[in-house]
Amino acid sequence: MFHGYLPMILAGLGVTLGVSATSLAIASVFGLAGAIAKLSDNAVLRAIANAYTTVIRALPDLLLMLIVFYGGQILINRIADARGWGYIDIDPFLAGTLTLGFIFGAYLTETFRGAILAVPRGQIEAAEACGMARGTVVARILLPQMIRHAIPGFTNNWLVMLKATALVSIIGLDDMVHRAGLAAAATREPFTFYAVIGAIYLAVTTVSIIVLRGVEARFSRGVRRAEAA
Amino acid sequence: MIDLGIVEENLPAFAEGLRITLILLVISCAAGFVLSVPLAMARASRRPWVWGPVWLFTYVIRGTPLLVQLFILYYGLAQFPWIRESAAWTLLRSPWFCAWAAFTLNTTAYTTEIFAGAIRAAPAGEIEAARAMGMGEWAMFWRIFWPGAWRRALPQYGNEVVMMMHATALASTVTIVELLRVARDVYTNYLVVAESFGTVALFYMALTFLLTRLFKALERRYLRHLDPRASQGEPRVA
Repeated sequence: MFHGYLPMILAGLGVTLGVSATSLAIASVFGLAGAIAKLSDNAVLRAIANAYTTVIRALPDLLLMLIVFYGGQILINRIADARGWGYIDIDPFLAGTLTLGFIFGAYLTETFRGAILAVPRGQIEAAEACGMARGTVVARILLPQMIRHAIPGFTNNWLVMLKATALVSIIGLDDMVHRAGLAAAATREPFTFYAVIGAIYLAVTTVSIIVLRGVEARFSRGVRRAEAA
Repeated sequence: MIDLGIVEENLPAFAEGLRITLILLVISCAAGFVLSVPLAMARASRRPWVWGPVWLFTYVIRGTPLLVQLFILYYGLAQFPWIRESAAWTLLRSPWFCAWAAFTLNTTAYTTEIFAGAIRAAPAGEIEAARAMGMGEWAMFWRIFWPGAWRRALPQYGNEVVMMMHATALASTVTIVELLRVARDVYTNYLVVAESFGTVALFYMALTFLLTRLFKALERRYLRHLDPRASQGEPRVA
Protein backbone atom coordinates (compact mmCIF):
# COMPACT_ATOMS: atom_id res chain seq x y z
CA MET A 1 0.00 0.00 0.00
CA PHE A 2 2.89 2.35 0.77
CA HIS A 3 5.21 0.85 -1.86
CA GLY A 4 7.67 -0.12 0.86
CA TYR A 5 8.25 3.48 1.92
CA LEU A 6 6.77 3.06 5.40
CA PRO A 7 10.06 2.07 7.14
CA MET A 8 11.77 5.12 5.65
CA ILE A 9 8.98 7.40 6.87
CA LEU A 10 9.08 5.83 10.33
CA ALA A 11 12.84 6.41 10.45
CA GLY A 12 11.98 10.04 9.68
CA LEU A 13 9.76 9.99 12.75
CA GLY A 14 12.94 9.26 14.70
CA VAL A 15 14.50 12.43 13.27
CA THR A 16 11.35 14.44 14.05
CA LEU A 17 11.27 13.17 17.64
CA GLY A 18 15.02 13.74 18.00
CA VAL A 19 14.68 17.33 16.82
CA SER A 20 11.68 17.87 19.13
CA ALA A 21 13.35 16.40 22.22
CA THR A 22 16.63 18.25 21.65
CA SER A 23 14.81 21.52 20.97
CA LEU A 24 12.72 21.04 24.11
CA ALA A 25 15.85 20.55 26.21
CA ILE A 26 17.42 23.70 24.73
CA ALA A 27 14.14 25.62 25.14
CA SER A 28 13.90 24.59 28.79
CA VAL A 29 17.39 25.99 29.44
CA PHE A 30 16.55 29.28 27.67
CA GLY A 31 13.17 29.35 29.40
CA LEU A 32 14.56 28.85 32.90
CA ALA A 33 17.32 31.39 32.31
CA GLY A 34 14.75 33.84 30.91
CA ALA A 35 12.38 33.33 33.83
CA ILE A 36 15.15 33.83 36.37
CA ALA A 37 16.34 36.94 34.51
CA LYS A 38 12.81 38.36 34.39
CA LEU A 39 12.40 37.87 38.15
CA SER A 40 15.86 39.14 39.06
CA ASP A 41 16.63 42.45 40.79
CA ASN A 42 19.06 43.36 38.02
CA ALA A 43 17.45 45.85 35.62
CA VAL A 44 19.80 44.98 32.74
CA LEU A 45 18.98 41.26 32.96
CA ARG A 46 15.28 42.07 33.10
CA ALA A 47 15.54 44.31 30.02
CA ILE A 48 17.42 41.64 28.04
CA ALA A 49 14.86 38.97 28.97
CA ASN A 50 11.98 41.28 28.05
CA ALA A 51 13.53 42.15 24.70
CA TYR A 52 14.11 38.43 24.04
CA THR A 53 10.51 37.37 24.68
CA THR A 54 9.01 40.38 22.90
CA VAL A 55 11.06 40.10 19.71
CA ILE A 56 10.88 36.31 19.39
CA ARG A 57 7.14 36.20 19.92
CA ALA A 58 6.61 38.92 17.31
CA LEU A 59 8.21 36.94 14.45
CA PRO A 60 7.12 33.85 12.48
CA ASP A 61 9.03 30.64 13.38
CA LEU A 62 9.97 30.02 9.78
CA LEU A 63 11.52 33.48 9.41
CA LEU A 64 13.62 33.01 12.56
CA MET A 65 14.73 29.62 11.35
CA LEU A 66 15.87 31.02 8.00
CA ILE A 67 17.67 33.90 9.74
CA VAL A 68 19.60 31.50 11.98
CA PHE A 69 20.28 29.07 9.15
CA TYR A 70 21.47 31.54 6.49
CA GLY A 71 22.75 34.19 8.88
CA GLY A 72 24.64 31.60 10.93
CA GLN A 73 26.09 30.17 7.75
CA ILE A 74 27.41 33.53 6.60
CA LEU A 75 28.67 34.47 10.05
CA ILE A 76 30.52 31.19 10.58
CA ASN A 77 32.12 31.34 7.17
CA ARG A 78 33.19 34.92 7.68
CA ILE A 79 34.93 33.84 10.87
CA ALA A 80 36.34 30.78 9.13
CA ASP A 81 37.63 32.93 6.27
CA ALA A 82 39.35 35.30 8.63
CA ARG A 83 41.06 32.40 10.41
CA GLY A 84 41.74 30.43 7.24
CA TRP A 85 39.71 27.35 8.25
CA GLY A 86 38.12 26.88 4.86
CA TYR A 87 34.42 26.40 4.10
CA ILE A 88 32.24 25.14 6.93
CA ASP A 89 28.77 23.80 6.23
CA ILE A 90 26.26 24.58 8.94
CA ASP A 91 24.53 21.45 10.17
CA PRO A 92 20.75 21.73 9.59
CA PHE A 93 20.08 19.62 12.70
CA LEU A 94 22.06 22.06 14.82
CA ALA A 95 20.51 25.11 13.14
CA GLY A 96 17.01 23.63 13.44
CA THR A 97 17.21 22.57 17.08
CA LEU A 98 19.01 25.73 18.19
CA THR A 99 16.42 27.94 16.49
CA LEU A 100 13.43 25.98 17.76
CA GLY A 101 14.98 25.91 21.24
CA PHE A 102 15.64 29.63 21.12
CA ILE A 103 12.09 30.40 19.90
CA PHE A 104 10.25 28.16 22.35
CA GLY A 105 12.55 29.29 25.15
CA ALA A 106 10.80 32.65 24.84
CA TYR A 107 7.39 31.01 25.30
CA LEU A 108 8.66 28.80 28.14
CA THR A 109 10.11 31.88 29.86
CA GLU A 110 6.55 33.06 30.46
CA THR A 111 5.42 29.59 31.56
CA PHE A 112 8.27 29.22 34.04
CA ARG A 113 7.97 32.78 35.31
CA GLY A 114 4.32 32.20 36.15
CA ALA A 115 5.14 28.86 37.77
CA ILE A 116 7.86 30.34 39.97
CA LEU A 117 5.53 33.14 41.06
CA ALA A 118 2.87 30.55 41.91
CA VAL A 119 5.01 29.06 44.69
CA PRO A 120 4.02 30.88 47.89
CA ARG A 121 6.66 33.33 49.01
CA GLY A 122 6.27 32.21 52.63
CA GLN A 123 7.61 28.75 51.82
CA ILE A 124 10.84 30.21 50.50
CA GLU A 125 11.15 32.43 53.55
CA ALA A 126 10.51 29.43 55.80
CA ALA A 127 13.20 27.43 54.01
CA GLU A 128 15.65 30.29 54.41
CA ALA A 129 14.70 30.58 58.08
CA CYS A 130 15.51 26.89 58.47
CA GLY A 131 19.00 27.72 57.27
CA MET A 132 18.78 26.07 53.82
CA ALA A 133 21.34 27.20 51.28
CA ARG A 134 20.10 28.91 48.11
CA GLY A 135 20.61 25.83 45.94
CA THR A 136 18.80 23.62 48.45
CA VAL A 137 15.85 26.02 48.50
CA VAL A 138 15.60 25.80 44.71
CA ALA A 139 16.02 22.01 44.59
CA ARG A 140 13.76 21.09 47.51
CA ILE A 141 11.16 23.85 47.69
CA LEU A 142 10.93 25.80 44.45
CA LEU A 143 11.42 23.17 41.72
CA PRO A 144 9.11 20.40 43.02
CA GLN A 145 6.27 22.85 43.45
CA MET A 146 6.78 24.95 40.34
CA ILE A 147 6.75 21.85 38.13
CA ARG A 148 3.09 21.31 38.93
CA HIS A 149 2.25 24.84 37.85
CA ALA A 150 4.50 24.67 34.79
CA ILE A 151 3.10 21.40 33.37
CA PRO A 152 0.00 22.75 31.56
CA GLY A 153 2.05 25.46 29.81
CA PHE A 154 4.86 23.00 29.19
CA THR A 155 2.46 20.50 27.60
CA ASN A 156 1.08 23.19 25.33
CA ASN A 157 4.53 24.31 24.24
CA TRP A 158 5.61 20.74 23.57
CA LEU A 159 2.56 20.15 21.36
CA VAL A 160 3.11 23.39 19.44
CA MET A 161 6.81 22.65 19.06
CA LEU A 162 6.24 19.11 17.86
CA LYS A 163 4.24 20.57 14.98
CA ALA A 164 6.76 23.36 14.42
CA THR A 165 9.45 20.74 13.73
CA ALA A 166 7.73 20.19 10.38
CA LEU A 167 9.41 23.45 9.34
CA VAL A 168 12.93 21.99 9.64
CA SER A 169 12.24 20.14 6.38
CA ILE A 170 12.38 23.56 4.68
CA ILE A 171 16.00 24.12 5.75
CA GLY A 172 16.95 20.71 4.45
CA LEU A 173 16.67 18.44 7.47
CA ASP A 174 15.73 14.88 6.57
CA ASP A 175 12.70 14.68 8.86
CA MET A 176 9.33 12.98 8.39
CA VAL A 177 7.90 15.77 6.19
CA HIS A 178 10.95 15.78 3.93
CA ARG A 179 10.81 11.99 3.54
CA ALA A 180 7.09 12.10 2.83
CA GLY A 181 7.92 14.58 0.05
CA LEU A 182 10.51 12.19 -1.40
CA ALA A 183 8.14 9.22 -1.24
CA ALA A 184 5.36 11.34 -2.76
CA ALA A 185 7.56 12.37 -5.68
CA ALA A 186 8.74 8.81 -6.33
CA THR A 187 5.31 7.20 -6.20
CA ARG A 188 3.18 10.12 -7.44
CA GLU A 189 0.97 9.59 -4.41
CA PRO A 190 1.41 12.79 -2.42
CA PHE A 191 -1.94 12.53 -0.66
CA THR A 192 -1.17 9.09 0.73
CA PHE A 193 2.17 10.05 2.23
CA TYR A 194 1.21 13.47 3.60
CA ALA A 195 -1.89 11.88 5.12
CA VAL A 196 0.28 9.14 6.68
CA ILE A 197 2.58 11.62 8.38
CA GLY A 198 -0.45 13.67 9.42
CA ALA A 199 -1.77 10.55 11.15
CA ILE A 200 1.62 9.92 12.78
CA TYR A 201 1.74 13.50 14.11
CA LEU A 202 -1.76 13.04 15.49
CA ALA A 203 -0.74 9.78 17.19
CA VAL A 204 2.33 11.40 18.78
CA THR A 205 0.19 14.32 19.97
CA THR A 206 -2.34 11.92 21.49
CA VAL A 207 0.32 9.90 23.31
CA SER A 208 1.95 13.12 24.57
CA ILE A 209 -1.31 14.39 25.99
CA ILE A 210 -1.96 11.11 27.81
CA VAL A 211 1.58 10.88 29.23
CA LEU A 212 1.73 14.51 30.36
CA ARG A 213 -1.69 14.19 31.98
CA GLY A 214 -0.23 11.32 34.02
CA VAL A 215 2.79 13.43 34.96
CA GLU A 216 0.52 16.27 36.02
CA ALA A 217 -1.55 13.91 38.17
CA ARG A 218 1.61 12.62 39.82
CA PHE A 219 2.88 16.10 40.68
CA SER A 220 -0.56 17.14 41.89
CA ARG A 221 -0.85 14.42 44.54
CA GLY A 222 -1.47 16.17 47.78
CA VAL A 223 -3.39 18.99 46.11
CA ARG A 224 -7.08 18.97 46.85
CA ARG A 225 -9.24 19.80 43.86
CA ALA A 226 -12.36 21.87 44.24
CA GLU A 227 -15.45 19.73 43.79
CA ALA A 228 -17.10 20.34 40.45
CA ALA A 229 -20.41 22.06 40.96
CA MET B 1 27.44 46.87 6.99
CA ILE B 2 23.79 47.00 5.99
CA ASP B 3 23.32 48.04 2.39
CA LEU B 4 20.24 50.26 2.46
CA GLY B 5 20.46 50.51 -1.33
CA ILE B 6 19.33 46.89 -1.64
CA VAL B 7 16.42 47.53 0.73
CA GLU B 8 15.40 50.65 -1.17
CA GLU B 9 15.65 48.99 -4.55
CA ASN B 10 13.38 46.17 -3.39
CA LEU B 11 10.96 48.31 -1.43
CA PRO B 12 8.16 47.91 -4.01
CA ALA B 13 8.56 44.12 -3.77
CA PHE B 14 8.46 44.23 0.04
CA ALA B 15 5.35 46.45 -0.08
CA GLU B 16 3.65 44.02 -2.47
CA GLY B 17 4.61 41.14 -0.15
CA LEU B 18 3.07 43.00 2.76
CA ARG B 19 -0.13 43.47 0.76
CA ILE B 20 -0.32 39.73 0.00
CA THR B 21 0.38 38.81 3.62
CA LEU B 22 -2.41 41.12 4.77
CA ILE B 23 -4.87 39.76 2.20
CA LEU B 24 -4.08 36.19 3.29
CA LEU B 25 -4.56 37.16 6.93
CA VAL B 26 -7.84 38.99 6.38
CA ILE B 27 -9.52 36.40 4.16
CA SER B 28 -8.48 33.53 6.43
CA CYS B 29 -9.48 35.21 9.69
CA ALA B 30 -12.78 36.47 8.26
CA ALA B 31 -13.77 33.01 7.00
CA GLY B 32 -12.48 31.43 10.21
CA PHE B 33 -14.54 33.77 12.37
CA VAL B 34 -17.75 33.19 10.44
CA LEU B 35 -17.32 29.40 10.63
CA SER B 36 -16.20 29.34 14.27
CA VAL B 37 -19.29 30.90 15.83
CA PRO B 38 -21.76 28.18 14.77
CA LEU B 39 -19.13 25.47 15.30
CA ALA B 40 -18.44 26.75 18.81
CA MET B 41 -22.17 26.71 19.46
CA ALA B 42 -22.21 23.04 18.44
CA ARG B 43 -19.00 22.27 20.35
CA ALA B 44 -20.50 23.63 23.57
CA SER B 45 -23.66 21.57 23.13
CA ARG B 46 -24.56 18.80 25.61
CA ARG B 47 -25.55 16.34 22.91
CA PRO B 48 -22.66 14.01 21.96
CA TRP B 49 -23.75 13.70 18.31
CA VAL B 50 -23.59 17.49 18.05
CA TRP B 51 -20.31 18.18 19.83
CA GLY B 52 -18.61 14.91 18.79
CA PRO B 53 -17.97 15.68 15.11
CA VAL B 54 -16.81 19.22 15.93
CA TRP B 55 -14.47 17.85 18.58
CA LEU B 56 -13.02 15.38 16.06
CA PHE B 57 -12.48 18.18 13.53
CA THR B 58 -10.66 20.47 15.97
CA TYR B 59 -8.66 17.55 17.41
CA VAL B 60 -7.37 16.42 14.02
CA ILE B 61 -6.57 19.94 12.82
CA ARG B 62 -4.94 21.00 16.07
CA GLY B 63 -2.96 17.77 16.27
CA THR B 64 -1.26 18.05 12.88
CA PRO B 65 1.16 20.67 11.51
CA LEU B 66 -0.29 23.41 9.31
CA LEU B 67 2.50 22.75 6.80
CA VAL B 68 1.30 19.16 6.36
CA GLN B 69 -2.32 20.30 5.97
CA LEU B 70 -1.23 22.79 3.33
CA PHE B 71 0.78 20.12 1.46
CA ILE B 72 -2.14 17.67 1.58
CA LEU B 73 -4.37 20.24 -0.09
CA TYR B 74 -1.89 21.71 -2.55
CA TYR B 75 0.19 18.67 -3.55
CA GLY B 76 -2.00 15.83 -2.26
CA LEU B 77 -5.29 16.38 -4.04
CA ALA B 78 -3.68 16.08 -7.49
CA GLN B 79 -3.22 12.36 -6.75
CA PHE B 80 -6.86 11.61 -7.53
CA PRO B 81 -7.87 11.67 -11.21
CA TRP B 82 -11.54 12.25 -10.34
CA ILE B 83 -10.56 15.47 -8.54
CA ARG B 84 -8.37 16.58 -11.41
CA GLU B 85 -11.20 15.95 -13.85
CA SER B 86 -13.85 17.64 -11.73
CA ALA B 87 -15.08 21.19 -12.21
CA ALA B 88 -13.59 22.17 -8.83
CA TRP B 89 -10.07 21.52 -10.10
CA THR B 90 -9.60 25.06 -11.43
CA LEU B 91 -10.01 26.17 -7.81
CA LEU B 92 -8.18 23.31 -6.11
CA ARG B 93 -5.07 23.60 -8.27
CA SER B 94 -4.58 27.23 -7.32
CA PRO B 95 -2.04 27.86 -4.54
CA TRP B 96 -4.17 30.78 -3.37
CA PHE B 97 -7.23 28.65 -2.85
CA CYS B 98 -5.26 25.91 -1.08
CA ALA B 99 -3.47 28.36 1.21
CA TRP B 100 -6.74 30.10 2.03
CA ALA B 101 -8.49 26.77 2.68
CA ALA B 102 -5.66 25.41 4.85
CA PHE B 103 -5.35 28.64 6.87
CA THR B 104 -9.11 28.89 7.29
CA LEU B 105 -9.45 25.27 8.46
CA ASN B 106 -6.61 25.82 10.88
CA THR B 107 -7.78 29.07 12.43
CA THR B 108 -11.37 27.77 12.52
CA ALA B 109 -10.28 24.82 14.66
CA TYR B 110 -8.40 26.97 17.18
CA THR B 111 -11.01 29.73 17.25
CA THR B 112 -13.84 27.22 17.69
CA GLU B 113 -12.16 25.87 20.84
CA ILE B 114 -11.55 29.41 22.15
CA PHE B 115 -15.16 30.46 21.58
CA ALA B 116 -16.56 27.16 22.89
CA GLY B 117 -14.55 27.52 26.09
CA ALA B 118 -15.89 31.05 26.51
CA ILE B 119 -19.47 29.90 25.87
CA ARG B 120 -19.15 27.11 28.45
CA ALA B 121 -17.91 29.62 31.01
CA ALA B 122 -21.22 31.51 30.91
CA PRO B 123 -22.43 32.09 34.47
CA ALA B 124 -25.31 29.76 35.37
CA GLY B 125 -27.27 32.66 36.84
CA GLU B 126 -27.39 34.50 33.50
CA ILE B 127 -28.82 31.44 31.79
CA GLU B 128 -31.37 30.89 34.53
CA ALA B 129 -32.44 34.51 34.33
CA ALA B 130 -32.79 34.27 30.54
CA ARG B 131 -34.89 31.11 30.92
CA ALA B 132 -37.01 32.79 33.57
CA MET B 133 -37.63 35.61 31.10
CA GLY B 134 -38.95 33.00 28.68
CA MET B 135 -36.23 33.44 26.04
CA GLY B 136 -35.99 30.82 23.32
CA GLU B 137 -32.74 29.01 22.49
CA TRP B 138 -31.90 31.36 19.65
CA ALA B 139 -32.54 34.59 21.54
CA MET B 140 -30.64 33.19 24.51
CA PHE B 141 -27.59 32.50 22.38
CA TRP B 142 -27.44 35.88 20.67
CA ARG B 143 -28.43 38.00 23.68
CA ILE B 144 -26.85 36.12 26.58
CA PHE B 145 -24.27 33.50 25.58
CA TRP B 146 -22.56 35.26 22.69
CA PRO B 147 -22.05 38.80 24.03
CA GLY B 148 -20.45 37.41 27.19
CA ALA B 149 -18.49 34.72 25.38
CA TRP B 150 -17.10 37.22 22.87
CA ARG B 151 -15.81 39.37 25.73
CA ARG B 152 -14.28 36.45 27.60
CA ALA B 153 -12.69 35.14 24.40
CA LEU B 154 -11.29 38.44 23.17
CA PRO B 155 -7.76 38.31 24.68
CA GLN B 156 -7.20 34.73 23.49
CA TYR B 157 -8.72 35.48 20.11
CA GLY B 158 -6.26 38.34 19.70
CA ASN B 159 -3.40 35.89 20.27
CA GLU B 160 -4.86 33.56 17.68
CA VAL B 161 -5.00 36.34 15.06
CA VAL B 162 -1.33 37.19 15.70
CA MET B 163 -0.44 33.48 15.37
CA MET B 164 -2.39 33.35 12.11
CA MET B 165 -0.47 36.37 10.82
CA HIS B 166 2.77 34.51 11.52
CA ALA B 167 1.36 31.36 9.91
CA THR B 168 0.79 33.17 6.60
CA ALA B 169 4.59 32.88 6.14
CA LEU B 170 3.97 29.22 5.22
CA ALA B 171 2.23 30.37 2.04
CA SER B 172 5.75 30.99 0.73
CA THR B 173 6.17 27.20 0.44
CA VAL B 174 3.38 26.96 -2.15
CA THR B 175 4.68 29.67 -4.53
CA ILE B 176 2.69 32.59 -3.10
CA VAL B 177 4.89 35.69 -3.06
CA GLU B 178 4.10 37.10 0.36
CA LEU B 179 6.57 38.85 2.71
CA LEU B 180 8.74 35.84 3.49
CA ARG B 181 8.95 34.77 -0.16
CA VAL B 182 10.09 38.29 -1.07
CA ALA B 183 12.78 38.03 1.61
CA ARG B 184 13.91 34.65 0.28
CA ASP B 185 14.06 36.02 -3.27
CA VAL B 186 16.08 39.05 -2.17
CA TYR B 187 18.37 36.71 -0.24
CA THR B 188 18.87 34.50 -3.30
CA ASN B 189 19.65 37.50 -5.51
CA TYR B 190 22.10 39.30 -3.22
CA LEU B 191 23.12 36.69 -0.59
CA VAL B 192 22.54 39.13 2.25
CA VAL B 193 20.62 38.27 5.41
CA ALA B 194 20.04 41.58 7.21
CA GLU B 195 18.70 43.35 4.11
CA SER B 196 16.37 40.48 3.18
CA PHE B 197 15.20 38.60 6.28
CA GLY B 198 16.02 41.53 8.57
CA THR B 199 13.75 43.86 6.61
CA VAL B 200 10.75 41.54 6.68
CA ALA B 201 11.41 40.90 10.38
CA LEU B 202 10.72 44.62 10.89
CA PHE B 203 7.54 44.31 8.82
CA TYR B 204 6.33 41.35 10.89
CA MET B 205 7.22 43.11 14.13
CA ALA B 206 5.29 46.20 13.08
CA LEU B 207 2.31 44.03 12.10
CA THR B 208 2.41 42.17 15.42
CA PHE B 209 2.58 45.48 17.26
CA LEU B 210 -0.35 46.93 15.30
CA LEU B 211 -2.51 43.83 15.82
CA THR B 212 -1.72 43.84 19.54
CA ARG B 213 -2.71 47.51 19.72
CA LEU B 214 -5.90 46.84 17.78
CA PHE B 215 -6.92 44.09 20.18
CA LYS B 216 -5.99 46.19 23.20
CA ALA B 217 -8.35 48.87 21.83
CA LEU B 218 -11.09 46.27 21.29
CA GLU B 219 -10.55 45.01 24.84
CA ARG B 220 -10.86 48.55 26.15
CA ARG B 221 -14.13 48.88 24.29
CA TYR B 222 -15.65 45.52 25.17
CA LEU B 223 -14.10 44.90 28.59
CA ARG B 224 -14.61 48.42 29.89
CA HIS B 225 -16.70 47.15 32.79
CA LEU B 226 -13.65 45.24 34.08
CA ASP B 227 -11.28 48.21 34.04
CA PRO B 228 -11.23 49.78 37.52
CA ARG B 229 -9.88 53.07 36.16
CA ALA B 230 -12.53 53.45 33.47
CA SER B 231 -15.34 53.49 36.04
CA GLN B 232 -13.60 55.95 38.34
CA GLY B 233 -15.40 59.23 38.81
CA GLU B 234 -18.59 57.92 37.35
CA PRO B 235 -21.59 58.30 39.60
CA ARG B 236 -22.26 55.23 41.67
CA VAL B 237 -25.75 53.92 42.12
CA ALA B 238 -26.67 52.73 45.62
